[in-house]
Amino acid sequence: MSLEIGEVRHVANLARIALDDGQLEQLREQLERILAYAEQIGEVVTDDIPPTSHAYPLRNVWREDEPRPSLPPEEARATGPAIEDGRFRVPRIIEEEV
Amino acid sequence: MSEATSLTALDALTLRRLLDAREVSATDVVHAHLDRVAEHDGDVHAFLTVLDDQALAHAADIDSRRAAGDPVGALAGVPLALKDVLCTRGIPTTCGSKMLENYRPPYDATVVERLRAADAVVIGKTNLDEFAMGSSTENSAFGPTHNPWDLDRVPGGSSGGSSAAVAAHFAPLAIGTDTGGSVRQPASLCGVVGMKPTYGLVSRYGLIAFASSLDQVGPFARTVGDSAHLFAAVAGHDPMDSTSIPRKVPDVLSGLHDGVEGLRVGLVADTLGEGVEPSVAMRVREAAALLDKLGAEVIDVTLPHARYGIAAYYLIAPSEASSNLARYDGVRYGLRRDGETTEQMMALTRAEGFGTEVIRRIMIGTYALSAGYYDAYYVSAQRVRTLIIRDYEQAFEQCDVLLSPTSPSAAFGIGDKTDDPLAMYLNDIFTVPANLSGMPALSMPGGLDDQGLPVGVQLVAPVLGEAVLFRAASALEGELAFDPVPRGRNALHPPGPAATKQQV
Amino acid sequence: MTTTEPLTDYEAVIGLEVHVELSTATKMFCGCAIDFGGEPNSRTCAVCLGQPGSLPVPNARAVEFAIRLGLALDCDIIERSQFHRKNYFYPDMPKNYQISQYDVAICERGHLDLDIDGQIRRIGIHRVHMEEDTGKTIHVGTSGRIHGAEYSLVDYNRAGIPLLEVVSEPDVRSAAEAQAYLSELRGIVLALGISDAKLEEGSMRCDANVSVRPRGRDVFGERVEVKNLNSVRSLGRAVTYEIERQTDLARAGEPVIRETRHWNEDAGTTSTLRAKEAVFDYRYFPDPDLVPIEPDAAWVSQLAEQLPPLPAATRTRLRTDHGIDAERAGTLVDAGLVGVLDDAVAAGAPPGDAAKWLTNEVLGWSNEHGVEPVALPLTGEHLAGLLALIADGTLSTKLARQALDGVLAGEGSPTDVARARGLEQMSDTAELERMVDDAIAAQPDAAERIRAGNHKAIGALVGAVMKASRGQANPQVVNDLIRDRLIAR
Repeated sequence: MSLEIGEVRHVANLARIALDDGQLEQLREQLERILAYAEQIGEVVTDDIPPTSHAYPLRNVWREDEPRPSLPPEEARATGPAIEDGRFRVPRIIEEEV
Repeated sequence: MSEATSLTALDALTLRRLLDAREVSATDVVHAHLDRVAEHDGDVHAFLTVLDDQALAHAADIDSRRAAGDPVGALAGVPLALKDVLCTRGIPTTCGSKMLENYRPPYDATVVERLRAADAVVIGKTNLDEFAMGSSTENSAFGPTHNPWDLDRVPGGSSGGSSAAVAAHFAPLAIGTDTGGSVRQPASLCGVVGMKPTYGLVSRYGLIAFASSLDQVGPFARTVGDSAHLFAAVAGHDPMDSTSIPRKVPDVLSGLHDGVEGLRVGLVADTLGEGVEPSVAMRVREAAALLDKLGAEVIDVTLPHARYGIAAYYLIAPSEASSNLARYDGVRYGLRRDGETTEQMMALTRAEGFGTEVIRRIMIGTYALSAGYYDAYYVSAQRVRTLIIRDYEQAFEQCDVLLSPTSPSAAFGIGDKTDDPLAMYLNDIFTVPANLSGMPALSMPGGLDDQGLPVGVQLVAPVLGEAVLFRAASALEGELAFDPVPRGRNALHPPGPAATKQQV
Repeated sequence: MTTTEPLTDYEAVIGLEVHVELSTATKMFCGCAIDFGGEPNSRTCAVCLGQPGSLPVPNARAVEFAIRLGLALDCDIIERSQFHRKNYFYPDMPKNYQISQYDVAICERGHLDLDIDGQIRRIGIHRVHMEEDTGKTIHVGTSGRIHGAEYSLVDYNRAGIPLLEVVSEPDVRSAAEAQAYLSELRGIVLALGISDAKLEEGSMRCDANVSVRPRGRDVFGERVEVKNLNSVRSLGRAVTYEIERQTDLARAGEPVIRETRHWNEDAGTTSTLRAKEAVFDYRYFPDPDLVPIEPDAAWVSQLAEQLPPLPAATRTRLRTDHGIDAERAGTLVDAGLVGVLDDAVAAGAPPGDAAKWLTNEVLGWSNEHGVEPVALPLTGEHLAGLLALIADGTLSTKLARQALDGVLAGEGSPTDVARARGLEQMSDTAELERMVDDAIAAQPDAAERIRAGNHKAIGALVGAVMKASRGQANPQVVNDLIRDRLIAR
């Protein structure tokens, strides 16, 4: 398989990681090798084999609609790198909400 | 030799007997271990955070409760090392990453709560490959851990710190996590017992996620008995974890010493040939022979699709990880690298906070889930998972427990495999299938290789088959009589001369 | 608003996506209580803050509400569905993925029937699925909107609140139908009691997907998503505007760009929200932290049996049992006043009168005072009592309105209010006769005109007596007394 640098840049974007060209090229090489290795699963996989997403077959796990104590606001905010008016502050956002 | 030195040579069961009999105090036991950590962890670097004050306070509390005749937990007074991937309220939990270097969780993991209820004394948080991604602990942002058997070698990973702590006798017990072999492989490389429970038997609430469908908390110890007790102390349904099995935990203690008469042991073909160090293969064959001698029936079985396990694992695990690690963006906790816009801030924070291996896996995972590739990669890998599960189920029709190496080789040198990610990934070739299938698996020392380094043998049982797993391991342990004190030209200074008896 | 729009060469194809915020006690995946008005980040925990190591556990009641809504919309309740992760980065998303449902939803393939000018129009419901809400972001800067903001502040109290997303088929063909769909869906949600469904407050949110195509052609035009619709009225206006905008483009041979547009309420226009067509790759995959949902058939049957009467059935009942016309019936259902009406009728009130008082007086009061009709302290007994007081002459209609005012303001029953405010009409004839005589004496010209046959002048005398009695005279009795004295039989 072969990977274009443009694809790697796109993936880095999707993953929200700022990488320079050198890093992107290194990743391109490594990903190409790793994915080429991974593609061997094509040797044994057919569409009639159902995919397994959960190792142990549980169903219908839920909880009653009963309140549990929330964190005190100071604790909820304590880990925040930047708090203003009790809220988590972030720089200006470019993209509108989806 | 001083009293203090000899306490660190003892296993947890022996310590508990001494503590119950009031022959030693919890404070003495914890002191002895903290002293050894202070003296020797500079060479090993098993710990990222040592919790002297908290540990001694807990020990003092246990001693006064005992003195007052009040109840104490099943592991009361026994020191324990905790992999720094489990949340401990108010105490640094770094995941071996710059991203969480100063992170103090606002809550405790369920496993941590259960350990506290059992009165195990947590003496520190141990080093790991960053976000549990790695097989050598060289991916820690805070420097590698050194194998107590040879300080120039890796302890394995990702739970290298916990494994080394037990091997170094800094604590008789430790907790790690196993996603692709991260408890078993380091156990193999450090000459200790490491076990991965059935997926869902131990709560993942508070376990900082790497790959959600594969992660499991697992015990480290120097004896099978200790391992079984630690498993029992943490296992069990947790309503805070939707994937937690709601059934009764298998009783692994009552039948522990029942032996292996009539037990059918399946020796996994293809795991003893090419790609495996000859002395590793030898140790496994010897283990098979010992089990046979003890009355087990050893047959050959195959797992035809297990060889695709690495490929499937290195698609599934990074995919889940890419999503699990998306939350690290500098907004609510952890590192923040400021930017003009939120988008920039997030991208810069993640570039700086994550190490190379983590970034690599996030990239693989993002790619494997992305539009156009999801079916070919992620879904296909999940189909391989189904094939591997079927292989195991078929094998378990003919036998009760499977035997194979844990790792293709003994511990390698620090820096030996860091240039080649794929070569590093292939360390997990024998351990990954049990994660994909969710089945319980245990690694125990099978002996030493030609260079005097520990080699592990791995046992795998069917889902919820922990009882037979521990029973077979216990029987084998009795025959092997492996001495877990590290020795060799470049090994860590050993603890005192008190005999480490194998508990029968 | 006309409901029959003239046929043009182009027809509109509209699909609606409605999010319903559920009125469960706790959030979708954690036990944080849902209550509003607390300080920011005071209703959060490790789970809904997306703290490392936290895990989701679904709210059973939210699952129940999803099934009930699906049943009310005639959907199939799917045997096995899963939660999926929808991956994207945004600061109001604690995990930078939203737990939602993807290829299979818990409810699918339903429909909603609308009564449009006497015709039944069936709008397909594609699916109802469960998901979690995001936190709230305030943009600090000049306009309060994202563009031009200096920075933003995030509050996660809302993060994790259960949402149901209802996606219609693109069967809607006009702004009026869109409005009817939204109102009807809202009515159903209210009847089920699963949400307070307030569009202005955001507990119900609607986005419209609008496209146009040449009439009679079986193709789909490029569709535009319209957001920021905070009322049924906005929906109507926005859809109308967008249909016109797209039709104009189509007629001019210009392409409609597939995009998301923002409805500007003040300007009455839509404008581009995202400058370039953003294709989002959400990388959906089944959430490994959550296990599949397989609703038990017996449970689903039980929920189906226990469904309350839905708006359509209620409107029909009001028409057939009480003769209330379709429009008034619809108003009563939408306002949530059917319970009051039923109780009033049970207490003896004439249904037609009771209905009129509710839609005219009560709703008028509630609009004027900004109080939700369902929040009013008015009971059916109150209403029946009020009507009875009018019927037996104790109160004139005008005084009854004052009494109602008191009841709605929480002063008590109509009788209580009448007494407290001294509203009871004087029907004591002796006193009235005295007042009438005084009025006649005071206005001899008017009296003369009446005697001469100009009965319109009666009004002036009645008015004088009403004034003298501070409105408490029974005007009918006063009228009769004046006629007795001045008009020869």
